[in-house]
Amino acid sequence: MTDAMIWLVALPLAAALATLLLPRSATAVAIGSGLATTVAAGLLLFGVATQGALHYEIGGWSAGLGIALRADGLSALLLMMTALVALAASVYASAYFSAVSERARFWPLWLLLWTSLNALLLSGDLFNLYVTLELLGLSAVALASLGGKHAAVAAALRYLLVGLLGSMLFLAGVGLIYAGYGTLDLATLASVVEPGPVAWTALALMTTGLLLKTALFPLHFWLPPTHASAPAPVSAVLSALVVKAAFYLVLRLWLDVFADVVTPAAANLLGLLGAGAVLWGSWRALRVERLKLLAAWSTVAQLGYLFLFFPLLLAMPPGPARDLAAGGLVMLALTHGFAKAGLFLAIGIIQQRCGHDMIRELDGTAQRLPATTFAIALAGVALIGLPPSGAFLGKWQLLAGAVATGQWVWLVVTATGSLLAAAYIFRVLGHAFGHRPYPNQPVTVAREEWPALLLAAMAALVLGLAGAPVWGLLEIGT
Amino acid sequence: MNWDAWLPVLVVASSLLPGLVIFFLREGSHRLRTLLNLAGAILKLVLVGILIWGVFHEHVYETRWTLAPGLDVVLHADTLSVLFVTLSTVLWLVTTVYAIGYLENAPHRSRFFGFFSLCVSATVGLALAGNLFTFVIFYELLTLATYPLVAHRGTPEAVRGARIYLTYTLGGGMLLLIGTVWLYVLAGPTAFVEGGILDSLPAEYHPQLKMIFLLLIMGLGVKAALVPLHGWLPQAMVAPAPVSALLHAVAVVKAGAFGIVRVVYDVYGVNFADQLGLLTGLGIAAAITIVYGSLMALFQDNLKKRLAYSTVSQVSYIALGTAILGPIGTIGGVVHLVHQGIMKITLFFTAGNYAETLGIHKVSEMNGVGRRMPATTLAFSVAALGMIGVPPVAGFVSKWYLGLGALEAGMAAWVMPVLIASSVLNAAYFLPVLYRAWFREPGPVWPAEHIPAARLETSAALLWPPVVTATLALAAGLFAAAPYSPLEWATLIAHREYGL
Amino acid sequence: MLTAQWMYGLAGCVIMALGLRGALLHASLLQRIVAINVMGAGVFMLLVAVAYRGPVLPPDPLPHALVLTGIVVAVSATALALALARRLHAEQEDD
Repeated sequence: MTDAMIWLVALPLAAALATLLLPRSATAVAIGSGLATTVAAGLLLFGVATQGALHYEIGGWSAGLGIALRADGLSALLLMMTALVALAASVYASAYFSAVSERARFWPLWLLLWTSLNALLLSGDLFNLYVTLELLGLSAVALASLGGKHAAVAAALRYLLVGLLGSMLFLAGVGLIYAGYGTLDLATLASVVEPGPVAWTALALMTTGLLLKTALFPLHFWLPPTHASAPAPVSAVLSALVVKAAFYLVLRLWLDVFADVVTPAAANLLGLLGAGAVLWGSWRALRVERLKLLAAWSTVAQLGYLFLFFPLLLAMPPGPARDLAAGGLVMLALTHGFAKAGLFLAIGIIQQRCGHDMIRELDGTAQRLPATTFAIALAGVALIGLPPSGAFLGKWQLLAGAVATGQWVWLVVTATGSLLAAAYIFRVLGHAFGHRPYPNQPVTVAREEWPALLLAAMAALVLGLAGAPVWGLLEIGT
Repeated sequence: MNWDAWLPVLVVASSLLPGLVIFFLREGSHRLRTLLNLAGAILKLVLVGILIWGVFHEHVYETRWTLAPGLDVVLHADTLSVLFVTLSTVLWLVTTVYAIGYLENAPHRSRFFGFFSLCVSATVGLALAGNLFTFVIFYELLTLATYPLVAHRGTPEAVRGARIYLTYTLGGGMLLLIGTVWLYVLAGPTAFVEGGILDSLPAEYHPQLKMIFLLLIMGLGVKAALVPLHGWLPQAMVAPAPVSALLHAVAVVKAGAFGIVRVVYDVYGVNFADQLGLLTGLGIAAAITIVYGSLMALFQDNLKKRLAYSTVSQVSYIALGTAILGPIGTIGGVVHLVHQGIMKITLFFTAGNYAETLGIHKVSEMNGVGRRMPATTLAFSVAALGMIGVPPVAGFVSKWYLGLGALEAGMAAWVMPVLIASSVLNAAYFLPVLYRAWFREPGPVWPAEHIPAARLETSAALLWPPVVTATLALAAGLFAAAPYSPLEWATLIAHREYGL
Repeated sequence: MLTAQWMYGLAGCVIMALGLRGALLHASLLQRIVAINVMGAGVFMLLVAVAYRGPVLPPDPLPHALVLTGIVVAVSATALALALARRLHAEQEDD
């Protein structure tokens, strides 16, 4: 099973090179390697579930100078989500891009992105994390600027500069850590780090850099234009996976490595910013005219929910209550990943069929594309947090944690945010009811509509109904 | 195969699976759609029959599925759930027949019947919920399933009405969720147990329990149309008549009222709730709603709006019964769940018939309609008399028990005037309608005669459902003392709640 | 203790801060790109200072590896940024 970790990084990387060298069979190579990578992710998840946390040292060189790959419950779950979302988006992209030249530029960058995501989730030391973070940022920027439209290029450039800024801050933090503790290995650091000016400064630098990349309010300004101007499959992966990777790093740093250093006051700050994200993001999503902008602002809001968990987690002593809340956090992150990807893919279909994605003019569209509308409805249910989606379970834990620790303000924020989300989702769905009769077949372009439907169904149904093992898996810690 | 664990799931699945298949049917496949609908309804009826028999003999039917550590979805059949499930199943069958007739040649029938089936599945799941967590899940699913039904016609008014409906119900759902989460944090998984489980909590939790009760009742009160949370109900009249019938007799409104009954009896326990002083507040809210609803109904010319306000008023009888301490009051409230359902659905069926056959939407257009559509108007009359409380129609039985229960609980001083005032007001807004229908001369031409007079006054699918339900309303009153009647069942529920 | 290592590291921090200020405040795109590179240079100086292990031992290779990686990344990212900026500029000229 440890081999699965190698395959997860090597397969997409090799496929990226292959698609570069063989542009004519690029699609087949990409989908094929995508399937194989998904199988590897499944094997890894199975391996972690049965054998516990997995560990692999590349080349046999031990920690210190060597690169170690680590997989525990959290990373295995996120890897699975990455694989499924990327696979679905790949199938979608194979139909979305019609011109060969577009495809030739798309697949290598796409597979490089996938490689960097997998490598980031498997990294066991800060050096590797920095490298994969950079790779992720560069390939994401390149993908976002595909198509060459002015808005997309401008937004991608802003994304690049912001990302670079964040990376530099992160690197400075890494340097400080090395100066203070002499090691970059995450597991070693977790046992060695102590509260002090070195640790605080390093954590502050690294967190700020990561918050820039995960678009937490008020550092979110770059996200809506970027995600709204990128091609649909790229937006899906940017919103669902790329920002999640940065969030995953914040989670790892705060809960694992710097667990002894973080204070409730700092956690409250994160929670406050998260609350701002939820309220401001939902409010803006309600006001915008374009579907893609709505989805992008929704991402800003949904990421805010994830940060609301921090003050709760830090107010609870380690134990079953805290594990329950942490599981809720992961469930919310997973559900959002699937739901947002499905939403962006569905919006992409609408954009292609009608040439626009203006919400006011959706009336006939929803009638002509029942499968797409259904995908939007399912994704919407998951984004609002209604049962039976996984997000319902996540929000339950958020509310329960707020009540249990007496921090009622987060409960009010969550409730308000959910109602605002319902407002902007049903604003879109209200257009699905019109006078025109449905066409005879519900599904028009299978390769585009099925991925959207399946992703949305995953979020709205599968994770909610069959999600109980998530909590068990998360207990398998590094 | 452990049937006891599977039966509750099968009851829900018997409408869920046909519904999911119906979504994918082409518009033209009438036969298949009708077959699926009726097959599902009849299957559900059979399964519910088994449930009734089993629960009466103290069999335990329970399905349990873990969603997260400490959060189980539980479907459990007890006396109260069987009451509601039976009502839902019987009325679903009748409404399906009616809807098939009503929506003849209307567009989007596959979508309609798909969501229709989902709506019933959610209602039945809610009825069978074995703990508050499961109840909340199905409560929200009900909102999701009914929204497309309210918006079905697609006109701007329909979409607007649906949006108002959604605003109220999602807001209520959020309050219900917060109350439930709070209760779970305090008391752990709150399973529904006759007599309630909260009286064992220490006294320092009591102020929190009162706040939680307020949140829960407000959340449930939106669907149950307690004043001032009732605003969505008249707006939702834009829906087609089968939807109004289902929403007002069976699904949404009853779900709220049923939830109130569950919270008071099986979560708090009626004695504990009385101890905390919660019953008085509930009773006052119910009383205000009863009087307000009846008053507003008086001023409505639109027939469906008049019936909507009548629903607002009548459903609160259930809440009132819950607020009256003592088994007799309980019986009155619980049995009215069934009686009001049957009578109100009759009224909505007949209102739909008037609209579909003759284009009549207003009371002022109903002169002499009794001559043109005697069977429909007879059904209307029976149901209206029941609403007023005239024996031997079922409504009389409920009011009798409510009054008697109030006397016994020493609350007669303010409950009796409310009951009497309500009956008087009911008479004031129903009797003139009956007079118009039977004794006035009809105008020269009906507003829009869609279905001409033939052997039957209107199409068979539209005629038989109200006749059947009116007969049921009469039978429930006449044969109230028979075994397995709603009254007997309500008595059983009350006895098990009070431990008699 | 103002040894060479400390001075070097401090200078690195100051340059980093100056670069950050430039990145945040400058209006022109090109100036921002340059400012971020300056910030990068400051971070690299900090890392080189961390690598110093005294007059006898050779410096620690690991922070040097980090610096090299950082330089490669900065160069590639700057190249990408300049390419995108040129594309934007070309479009503006077309308008």
